[in-house]
Amino acid sequence: MILPELSRSITKNALVLGLFAVVTVGGVTLLQQFTAERIQASERAAQLRALNEILPRDSYDNQLFDSSVDVHDPLLGTRRPVPAYIASNGGKPSAVILPAIARDGYGGAIHLLVGILADGRIAGVRVVGHRETPGLGDKIELAKDRWILGFDGKSLENPMASGWAVKKDRGDFDQFAGATITPRAVVAAVHRALQYFDAHKNDLLEAKTHSVAPEQALPQLTEPGEATIHSRAGSAATRDDLQTTEPQPEQEGNRP
Amino acid sequence: MSTPSYRELSINGLWKNNPALVQLLGLCPLLGVSNSAVNALGLGLATALVLACSNLCVSLVRGVVNTAVRLPAFVMIIAALTTCIELLMQAYTYELYQILGIFIPLITTNCVILGRADGFAAKHKPLVASFDGFIMGMGFALVLLVLGGLRELFGTGSLFANMHLLFGPIAADWQITVFSNYKGFLLAILPPGAFIVLGLLIALKNRIDQQLAERAKALQPEAPVQSRRVRVTGVIE
Repeated sequence: MILPELSRSITKNALVLGLFAVVTVGGVTLLQQFTAERIQASERAAQLRALNEILPRDSYDNQLFDSSVDVHDPLLGTRRPVPAYIASNGGKPSAVILPAIARDGYGGAIHLLVGILADGRIAGVRVVGHRETPGLGDKIELAKDRWILGFDGKSLENPMASGWAVKKDRGDFDQFAGATITPRAVVAAVHRALQYFDAHKNDLLEAKTHSVAPEQALPQLTEPGEATIHSRAGSAATRDDLQTTEPQPEQEGNRP
Repeated sequence: MSTPSYRELSINGLWKNNPALVQLLGLCPLLGVSNSAVNALGLGLATALVLACSNLCVSLVRGVVNTAVRLPAFVMIIAALTTCIELLMQAYTYELYQILGIFIPLITTNCVILGRADGFAAKHKPLVASFDGFIMGMGFALVLLVLGGLRELFGTGSLFANMHLLFGPIAADWQITVFSNYKGFLLAILPPGAFIVLGLLIALKNRIDQQLAERAKALQPEAPVQSRRVRVTGVIE
């Protein structure tokens, strides 16, 4: 049998806690309503900034977010459909921005955006997420090094297939001192994206486009914050999702 | 319980009882995001804000909440405030929000916050409590900023890079390149560097305290009157 005092205090405490839950959740809900629009705008702006780094704003006249095609192909390294953006100028398709994932990076998957002009030349490549070693492999970011600009203007014919490798593998692209695996993975992924574009050029440029939902607009790592924090670069957890298609490259090249 | 003065609170929060250097609370975010000054400052300010607001709220409801259910109630307040900060950061400093990632929601679990809520705010008036939260948060943010600054300096040779993520376009050229042509010191940026630098900071703090104590000892015979006013309460806060 429950004492009346005890039961009274339980009821009181439960009510107080319930009241707290209602008030706190109410406060959060209100703020969420209030900021939702602003958050969406910020997300869009950040994504558009990334896309505009690849394609200059004056080179196309459509809304990139309203003209996307979902792509999904082993050549791009994507496991589920991810939006690719079709830019057009004066109603004519002028370029495509393809998402590409290099799964054989040193610290796990490297997420890229590859902009390709309608004539097959590369407009620009940017890394949008990676877990490479800070100070060595992270030179693939434009913020750290100009290396990534070396892809601008390249195409499947320039250089020929044998040139699409790092210099250590007798290719045309520089590697960084102390890091070979990272640039090797990026060069291969960009080359594969070009091959994909070549094979699906007409489908892509004439595809019926649709607008894209904000949360899937850009490829993202499973844990967003990890991409730039590097705190788990090379850890066991990221090793698991490595899917190496080529023979495992030697690992000593990237050690600090 | 007597109400400490604002001066005492400030000395406690910033130095004597500093959450990061003395209490060693909240080490996970402290070590996780202190790889550059802008990350450190962003998280430090967010934590200080949550701490000040949570202390204020806890102090306001201290008469309503029974001791038995105080912890779940406090946690609910802290979680709600953290979610609010997260939403605001997402809306106004989106890129910083992306960089700090999981560490913003983790502010909820920062032991400093629950510790101050239960240990101080629940026993003091709202104004004093929120000041204590603010100054404790500042103590935490300051250590975080020094740690982040040192790691950025040793790791990359420059300071205050990417401050525009926090302060907008005005801060775009705040970056100071201290060593030009610096090769970079990887250890400082990687997680072990955080432990090493924090260890050095704690050692430095203890050394300064030691010297201050020695100096005070040397001065003591000349000022015997003051020693009579020393009181030991024995209460640990």
